[in-house]
Amino acid sequence: MNRRRDSAYSGIPRWVLAIAAVGALFVLLPLAAMVVRVNWPQFIPLVTSEASLTALSLSLRTAAASTVLCVLFGVPLALVLARGDFPGQRLLRSFVLLPLVLPPVVGGIALLYAFGRQGLLGRGLEVAGIQIAFSTTAVVLAQTFVALPFLVVSLEGALRSAGGRYEAVAATLGARPTTVLRRVTLPLVLPGLASGAVLSFARSLGEFGATLTFAGSLPGVTRTLPLEIYLQRETDADAAVALSLLLVVVAVIVVGLSYRGPAPAGSGSGSARSPGSSGRLSP
Amino acid sequence: MTFTFDAALAARRFEVSLSLAPGETVAVLGPNGAGKSTLLAVIAGLLRPDTGRAEVNGRVLFELGAGVHTWTAPHRRGTALLAQDPLLFPHLSALENVAFGPRSGGVPKRQARETARHWLAEVDAADLAARRPGELSGGQAQRVAAARALAVNPEVLLLDEPLSALDIHAAPLLRRLLKRVLAGRRAIIVTHDVLDAYMLADRVIVMEDGRITEDGPTRDVLRRPRSRFAAGLAGLNLVPGTVTPAGIRSAEGLEFAGQHDAPLVAGQAGVAAFPPSAVSVFLSEAHGSPRNSFRVTVTDLEPHGDQIRVRAGELSADVTPAASADLGLAPGLAVYFVVKAAAVSIYPA
Amino acid sequence: MRAVLRAGALLAAGTLTAALAACGPVSGGGAASGDSGAKSVTVFAAASLKAPFTALAEQFEATHPGTTVTLSFAGSSDLATQITQGAPADVFASADIKNMAKVSGAALVEGSPRDFASNVLTIAVPPGNPAAIASFADLARPGVKTVVCAAQVPCGAAAKTVETETGTTLTPVSEESSVTDVLGKVISGEADAGLVYVTDVKTAGAKVREVPFAESAKAVNTYPIAALRRSRNKDLAAAFIAAVTGPEGRQLLRGAGFGAP
Repeated sequence: MNRRRDSAYSGIPRWVLAIAAVGALFVLLPLAAMVVRVNWPQFIPLVTSEASLTALSLSLRTAAASTVLCVLFGVPLALVLARGDFPGQRLLRSFVLLPLVLPPVVGGIALLYAFGRQGLLGRGLEVAGIQIAFSTTAVVLAQTFVALPFLVVSLEGALRSAGGRYEAVAATLGARPTTVLRRVTLPLVLPGLASGAVLSFARSLGEFGATLTFAGSLPGVTRTLPLEIYLQRETDADAAVALSLLLVVVAVIVVGLSYRGPAPAGSGSGSARSPGSSGRLSP
Repeated sequence: MTFTFDAALAARRFEVSLSLAPGETVAVLGPNGAGKSTLLAVIAGLLRPDTGRAEVNGRVLFELGAGVHTWTAPHRRGTALLAQDPLLFPHLSALENVAFGPRSGGVPKRQARETARHWLAEVDAADLAARRPGELSGGQAQRVAAARALAVNPEVLLLDEPLSALDIHAAPLLRRLLKRVLAGRRAIIVTHDVLDAYMLADRVIVMEDGRITEDGPTRDVLRRPRSRFAAGLAGLNLVPGTVTPAGIRSAEGLEFAGQHDAPLVAGQAGVAAFPPSAVSVFLSEAHGSPRNSFRVTVTDLEPHGDQIRVRAGELSADVTPAASADLGLAPGLAVYFVVKAAAVSIYPA
Repeated sequence: MRAVLRAGALLAAGTLTAALAACGPVSGGGAASGDSGAKSVTVFAAASLKAPFTALAEQFEATHPGTTVTLSFAGSSDLATQITQGAPADVFASADIKNMAKVSGAALVEGSPRDFASNVLTIAVPPGNPAAIASFADLARPGVKTVVCAAQVPCGAAAKTVETETGTTLTPVSEESSVTDVLGKVISGEADAGLVYVTDVKTAGAKVREVPFAESAKAVNTYPIAALRRSRNKDLAAAFIAAVTGPEGRQLLRGAGFGAP
């Protein structure tokens, strides 16, 4: 797995390295400054307070649920976008990816008018006895809304680079489309799916604006860790900083996992291509 | 005629009509862009023609035209495809790759694996069963891919330049293996190599610009090519015979020494191949080179580019017009054809 | 460790500032006003003061020719944090005593703060009043979706006080971190009722209906104002505070729903 080449020529000019260093500092310094600011003697009590643990547990549960929803809807969407060929495909992609660039609060407002009490669907749901506003479901919806594009983008990329040739071969071997999807397509793009799911989870974990606007804030029901941090900041800066650090640590672990994930899997798909490419290279 | 095919696809200027008898193997030759791969893709159902009809054993693969629209999905066609690239599923072992087709057809896991083992053995790859595609060489992977295609027992086996990605050591082995498994099987093999056509196919089709320009028994097409493309290919001297320690002995008793990559087993069938340009013509037996010198009778002389092609029965040689005049070549004249062993390739058949 | 961080911060900040300088004036640069004739005063004020202070600033500029009033509205706690972190403000008007105490506790207040207004809670309901709320006790009725501020923010603390004083326990569906979020939930109709300030209901106009309740008097929020020590325009800061506490300021504040201090 060690792919480092110690003596390889990198070709990066020094001035690029210098600017890259400033860029890295720009990201790392605020985090480091926060670590310095942490009230360490009080750290454990602060992050293990009942409010903190309630918020953390709610965050982890809702982010997990959102990730499941992202996979459920994101995989078909990515397949349709990567493999399909229909009018309006580009438009569909733009709309699916919109939450990436939309301010989350706008997403929250949009969700409100769809699923809220007075909303497009919400009114019908209310009649049916389903109330989404101020419920944990609302948190999950808000998180799914903002996290879905992450899954779709990374999976669509994986599908495109895997290409459709394996699927064509599988079909000529008598595999039905569903069999092809289950036994060929999904295993081939599993690394992309995994990293997409991890990114979605991380994005869900950090979701704030849409949740605040759409779901409200009640301990154990809708007050996720970012909302708790925002609230603690009003009165107890130490608690806010400690919880922020907790969230950073969780995020680092999650993102770290996602970038460890594709490495072995990536080498797997590399070797998948190698028989063909080595065959092509040989005289 | 149990496989009939007739299709047109305007976007690719493709218009082809052909049929295959049961157990017949057809080689499709032609320049790049002639539509050979299009032909296979349309048969496999990966590409939809504008109009046409195809049928195998009474089952309609497609029928497209005014008022008719029948289209059988690729997975229901029974047309396995073996491409230049093995395209083994990287996440499955060799065995699971071969078992993929039978499993997709509803065969229980255990039985599918048995079938897979059988076909792996058929392509001499039984010992590779547990390997991942990433752990296979190009030749091994292509053998496994061949087993995978054969394991579904296709009604038409489609081969798209199956040997062209292989190195010179792996190709002869797979060619021999294909000859064995294609015997009695209906198959269409797209190839660039006359030798493939000669060794694997009963019939040759030449395609140019999306159309069939020649169609006939392999020997006839290669001996008496009518299309320009076939003429360019066909000059190769091919002498079938029996493998000897030194090379090939023809039915007439001529000995051809030559180069070979695959290990030769004396007594098995083989073929010696060499281009006419490697053949020299002498009026008397050459000294110092006891081998690859044959007494033949000139049957025909014809211009071939700026050379003269001298035909003597099954063999031919290219000489300059000046040399031809010096030697006084004419049909009926007895001459000696001499070819350097370095220019002769020996292939076990 | 801190020294290393500071050096790194300077490097990063220097590069970034250079890059950002091209985008427009950096706020710190505006302080060089004293000798140019044009005078300016920067006022950090609680978000609820937006309407009366904007009008007052216009009047102030009219009565003090050549003077510019720069207003910055945000939550009192945000503003207090910004001031303690060195933001260049001349005047701070807080929505509660606590956040003013943060600033004066950091010895950043010139003299002592003066209370200039008060605000009380009220019930805001959607125009139709779907849950038929008529009293504070109605908010605790089962099935009523009540939204309040979290106890950590001033409006939430006030709500808690009323709850304690009246012996009513609310089970809100959400505890928002700002009063505007509470109001937003009522305006959108998600909530049946919300506890907000009288002034918020005034600002919202016809989008909500007010259901006043007598117990609101139990929790009166007092607004203090102070000049800041680091101010470079102490005279102007004092003049602005005088305007706020003077008759014209009182009138504007009363018009916006504020009570006397």
